[in-house]
Amino acid sequence: MTATAPRSAVTRTPARTALRDRVLKFAELVTTPLLPVDYLDLFDPLRSGAALRGRIEAVQPETRDAATIVIRPGRDWLPHVPGQYVRIGIDVDGVRQWRAYSITSILDRADGCFTITVKAIPDGKVSNYLVRRARPGTIIQLDQATGEFCLPEQAPAKALFVTAGSGITPVMGILRNSAEQLTDTVLVHSSPTADDVVFGDELRRLAAEGRIRLIEQHTDTAGMLDARSIAELVPDLHERATWACGPVGMLEALEEHWAEAGLADRLYTERFRPRILVTGEGGTVTFTKNGTTIEADGATPILDAAEDAGVLMPSGCRMGICFGCVLPMREGAVRDLRNGEITTAAPGDGVLIQTCISAAAGACDIDH
Amino acid sequence: MTVIQKKPENPIEHLTREDIELIGKELDTIRQEVRDSLGADDAKYIRTVIDVQRKLELGSRAVLLFSKFPPAWVLGTAGLSVAKILENMEIGHNILHGQWDWMRDPKIHSTTWEWDMASPAEQWKHSHNELHHTYTNVIGKDNDLGYGIMRVDEDQKWHPMYLAQPLWNFINACFFEYGIAAYDLELGKNLATKKRRNDPKFRAATKQVLKKIRNQAAKDYVVHPLLSGPSFLPTLAANFTANVVRNLWSHSVIMCGHFPEGVETFEKTSIDGETRGEWYVRQMLGSANISGSKAMHIMTGNLSHQVEHHLFPDLPSNRYAEIAPRVKEIFDRYGLTYHSAPLYKQVASAWHKVIRLSLPNGWLAETTPKNAPAQVVKLVRMTTGGKKVRRQLMRAAA
Repeated sequence: MTATAPRSAVTRTPARTALRDRVLKFAELVTTPLLPVDYLDLFDPLRSGAALRGRIEAVQPETRDAATIVIRPGRDWLPHVPGQYVRIGIDVDGVRQWRAYSITSILDRADGCFTITVKAIPDGKVSNYLVRRARPGTIIQLDQATGEFCLPEQAPAKALFVTAGSGITPVMGILRNSAEQLTDTVLVHSSPTADDVVFGDELRRLAAEGRIRLIEQHTDTAGMLDARSIAELVPDLHERATWACGPVGMLEALEEHWAEAGLADRLYTERFRPRILVTGEGGTVTFTKNGTTIEADGATPILDAAEDAGVLMPSGCRMGICFGCVLPMREGAVRDLRNGEITTAAPGDGVLIQTCISAAAGACDIDH
Repeated sequence: MTVIQKKPENPIEHLTREDIELIGKELDTIRQEVRDSLGADDAKYIRTVIDVQRKLELGSRAVLLFSKFPPAWVLGTAGLSVAKILENMEIGHNILHGQWDWMRDPKIHSTTWEWDMASPAEQWKHSHNELHHTYTNVIGKDNDLGYGIMRVDEDQKWHPMYLAQPLWNFINACFFEYGIAAYDLELGKNLATKKRRNDPKFRAATKQVLKKIRNQAAKDYVVHPLLSGPSFLPTLAANFTANVVRNLWSHSVIMCGHFPEGVETFEKTSIDGETRGEWYVRQMLGSANISGSKAMHIMTGNLSHQVEHHLFPDLPSNRYAEIAPRVKEIFDRYGLTYHSAPLYKQVASAWHKVIRLSLPNGWLAETTPKNAPAQVVKLVRMTTGGKKVRRQLMRAAA
């Protein structure tokens, strides 16, 4: 496995640092109230020192509902570890949406790009956009690659991958990069039909070459594979380190089965979709900086509920027009009292909500 | 003009309570339709305007490096003036309203934006979005009416100092951004007593404004002129000119929004327990539009659609034009007056009002070429005489 070498910072002498700081300060005087980067972004959004972004270079269809997106990352992009994912921020219908996708390309591609492979899920705003509407040239926002779903430093002698649907993507990222290390590999993959297998041809070729043992389960005809059947198909399962990626239900079943067999520490799982939030009437609102937690009902603006609990809140017109009360929601769901619209935030997000017209629609964490 | 409640003919007397709530519902429907249809084209619009503005500013400032050559000075100053107007009006004002917050782009968001203006975004958002847009045209609550320094209504008692109001208004127009900064600080009120002067909140806000002004002034009057080397003075003059042009322009546009004849004002007590429908109707009666070309709308930051803006301050400005006919149709159907006129007419109307109100009630209307000498004598007496004389002459006129 290729180790990630963090890009070593160019060594700077104190004098050079001081000079650089002075130049920056001066540049800020020139561009105030904007920053110099705001102008540089006009001309080179992928330059070193810019917020990390990427440009879509190509969209290559894989199956009827999956595509591989080739992305040229900004110059500050660090090499990923196979199996990791990247969070991308893309404007869909004008609204910035952030999602995480596994990286599927080989390291050190000659063109300097990396790829993600996306399967369009029903009603999936971002996945459908990427598969069917995204066009080369589009600038997207990026985070550095992250994730723990990787091979350890010392690759296991025997490995098992259990995947379903787009769960194949991080595993493909691993298989493409770890040919030498993985000498005895079994891949159990479920998909509705043979044609729906993302990377189907490539996987079957790997199997034909004897690189992996491939077990395909086509669930439209053969039904779902349960944990017990996997154990039957892979008799030496207990000798294998196992990586699993797929729907939450599948992962939970596997975790249970592996735990029963006393193999819990040999199973690594990856959930690629956030848990579905239970949205309902009201919920617990936590103000993370302030430390206050309140029970708010689904009809009271969070602003009022918080103030009743003695939280000092920013506020303005209290009718949803002035945006004086906007706060970032780090996680959770709120309902716009004006139209019933639900806004959700996955952990780590900072979706800005107007507290004066938003009621809790489930538990939520607000950064205040 | 007088507050709507005291008018002999109240322009909304014919509306029932139900009518008013129905108007509210119809406007809510328009708002929701626009919100639901916001998309990539809208996002592209604001990003394009920002892109054009920044490139225009960069280009103009580059040209001004050679501003000792008169053609470069003219071109650079014109470009920079337009860039500054775009930045304040179509970009800054509207982003700070949260019109583009739906894009969830932290770079184009009401909570992160800062603009090329003496008043820091944060303070302006409070006085403009919270006070002006909530209390639009309510005498004593909406300080945008005359910015606390002018006589804006016949019901306000006349005093000789108001004779200077037209001059005062012109000076305020030239240095509008500083006027706004002072106004956002509520300078008049906060400097009045020692306790207010020493309030840590006020002091912190003042510090913030001074820092902003320092940075702004350093940029336009020191750094860029220095960069121009031999063109130091012409660049300084160009930047000063561009700022004054921008100030005059934005002052004119804003005066047209609520000050032309026919726009209504409201009594303080009239908004107690106001419903959403009533709030909408107050916005409808309290604003006036400017008619004109697409370029004119963009240069005014679409405040030429002041009526639509006041009804839906958080809807993206590029949509006001398309909903204007529907809004006007509601005005017509409910027998309300939709004020709209070309820029020169609205500016003239607003200035006429400034001048009329600088004089005692009725003075301007009564004055004819024939009685002018007598009127002047009366005005002088009212100006130089005490309160008593004024009251007497006022009563005699009434």
